[in-house]
Amino acid sequence: MAAAGLLGAVATLASRRLLCAPPGAARGRAAVLGPARRFGASARAWRSSEDKVTVHFINRDGDKLTAEGKIGDSLLDVVVDSNLDIDGFGACEGTLACSTCHLIFEDQIFKKLDAVTDEEMDMLDLAYGLTETSRLGCQICLKKFMNNMTVRVPEAVADVRQSIDMSKNS
Amino acid sequence: MIPAGSGPLSCGKAESTMGFKRPLSTSERVPRICIVGSGPAGFYTAQHLLKHHKLARVDIYEKLPVPFGLVRFGVAPDHPEVKNVINTFTQTAQSDRCSYYGNVTVGKDVTVEELQQAYHAVVLSYGAEDNRILGIPGENLSGVYSARAFVGWYNGLPENRDLKPDLSSKTVLVLGQGNVALDVARILLTPLDLLRTDITEGSLAAIASSKVKRVWLVGRRGPLQVAFTIKELREMVNLPGARPILDPADFAGLRDAIKDVPRPRKRLTELMIKTALEKPGEKEAKIWASATREWGLKFLRSPLEILPTADGKRARGIRMAVTRLEGSGESATAVPTGEVEELECGLILSSIGYRSLPLGSSVPFDRKHGIIPNHLGRVQGVPGLYCSGWVKRGPTGVIITTMNDSFDTAQSVLEDLQAGMLNVSNTKEGFESVRSILQSRGVHPVSFSDWEKIDAAEVARGQLAGKPREKIVDPQEMLQLIGH
Repeated sequence: MAAAGLLGAVATLASRRLLCAPPGAARGRAAVLGPARRFGASARAWRSSEDKVTVHFINRDGDKLTAEGKIGDSLLDVVVDSNLDIDGFGACEGTLACSTCHLIFEDQIFKKLDAVTDEEMDMLDLAYGLTETSRLGCQICLKKFMNNMTVRVPEAVADVRQSIDMSKNS
Repeated sequence: MIPAGSGPLSCGKAESTMGFKRPLSTSERVPRICIVGSGPAGFYTAQHLLKHHKLARVDIYEKLPVPFGLVRFGVAPDHPEVKNVINTFTQTAQSDRCSYYGNVTVGKDVTVEELQQAYHAVVLSYGAEDNRILGIPGENLSGVYSARAFVGWYNGLPENRDLKPDLSSKTVLVLGQGNVALDVARILLTPLDLLRTDITEGSLAAIASSKVKRVWLVGRRGPLQVAFTIKELREMVNLPGARPILDPADFAGLRDAIKDVPRPRKRLTELMIKTALEKPGEKEAKIWASATREWGLKFLRSPLEILPTADGKRARGIRMAVTRLEGSGESATAVPTGEVEELECGLILSSIGYRSLPLGSSVPFDRKHGIIPNHLGRVQGVPGLYCSGWVKRGPTGVIITTMNDSFDTAQSVLEDLQAGMLNVSNTKEGFESVRSILQSRGVHPVSFSDWEKIDAAEVARGQLAGKPREKIVDPQEMLQLIGH
């Protein structure tokens, strides 16, 4: 699992909207007012490993990044909390004001995702490299059936050049 | 992962941990890169460079004391989520290989050539500070403003703080049908209690006493060519206290025309058709029934002349050519039919696009397209000079467009570094050389921690008014606040 350091995936916890409320609660931006509220530490303490979901991300350069999240975390949460090295992911911090968390899903997973809202589709419409199985990561919350799924980070520009990375020791 | 302060020579000092001077071999290989402009293009270019090169040091120059460009001065006050990118930019500015120098006007306080002497690579990311001109008679009458200046005014851009737009007209005409046009319409029509945002105090007071009741967005072409996007249109359709006026005739037969069009254009057009032709749902019906304000779209109208009042000083109306479309889709063109139409209005906002300006004789500029000629961000004919953002591509697109574009330019710089084309073994001093130049010219750069003081003051003032911040609009006041 590649880490990205200070300058990697971008959202700060404080301003991210809490999207994936406990079952039964309303979802989406409209349900959240003000700064994000995280589950209290005590609420999380009793959760067992059965609540963990593994997700594989195929990065733009073909690298496979594997991360773990808890049921209820959004895919944006997973990328940020695991400090995954995906350039520019989550610019608006989960508030449906950009399309930088655009991800491509496998067919069988895509079919089982919760229906897309107008608000999500409005932003998805502006995403580069839109596909039939595209969604915004900040709107997809982890469920058990997603365990070990693979999502793809779409290309961001028209001409793909070999990525240069001089951040590691040569 | 890039560890902070990696290596014993991470601050460029020659002393080793053992206390004697070592040869400068490692620090000679530190690429020093300068970025001109601290908006999204500047920051995303910096971010990508710092992330993908473990030694590079990046200095960001900005002509205003305060950073962030259009994120601070362009994004509408009621769209705070779009401004969340400021958090990641702040992280970048605070990282140890990045420095911010505000209050430095490149081209005046320091030249591009002087920067090229001091840095291995210079990236121009200074955006588009001007606007396209209508080029019609009456354009300079009182009551006619560019949307760019109007947006600058309510967003606290220092150069527009004295705009004093006359909002006593009941009808406003906005020329242009992009997101900026929707922004200005929305700000003019939004109920006041929803404007307790970071909009400036002065403009909020002016809008509070505004007589504006109706805003038309006028386009030369048709509904299929509107440049605004669906989220912004939906916001307008749902605007409390306001009712849309869309002529059903403009939308006749359009459902068939969009059958095979890509989804984004299809959904956008469907929303316009639905709003124009269908009976409103319960929620909308309630809003529209009690609405005291209106907004509408006028198509196939091209401005010919802005008509003056009897004393010849102010705008009283506009004469427009009625057009028809030739061709279809994005490339359709508007052709005059010979018919002409006049509309009465006292306030006209021209929202036909931003425009970049040339920087100086040493930087090539394509006046026709309003960009710096470049290939993949490398300025044509000038090794070591790059560009990113609107000055590279033209003034369209949202933040993600600029982000991807900036990463692309950073990629070109990284390629050139790797290929040895930027001669990093030739030591450059970076800001150390520039500092003395600025001093000799009486220029005092503003640091990022200086900005943080200004930021804190704005937030504190905002709290008193129940707003997220109260922007300081006078650069002198900003400088005084930080003790310059």
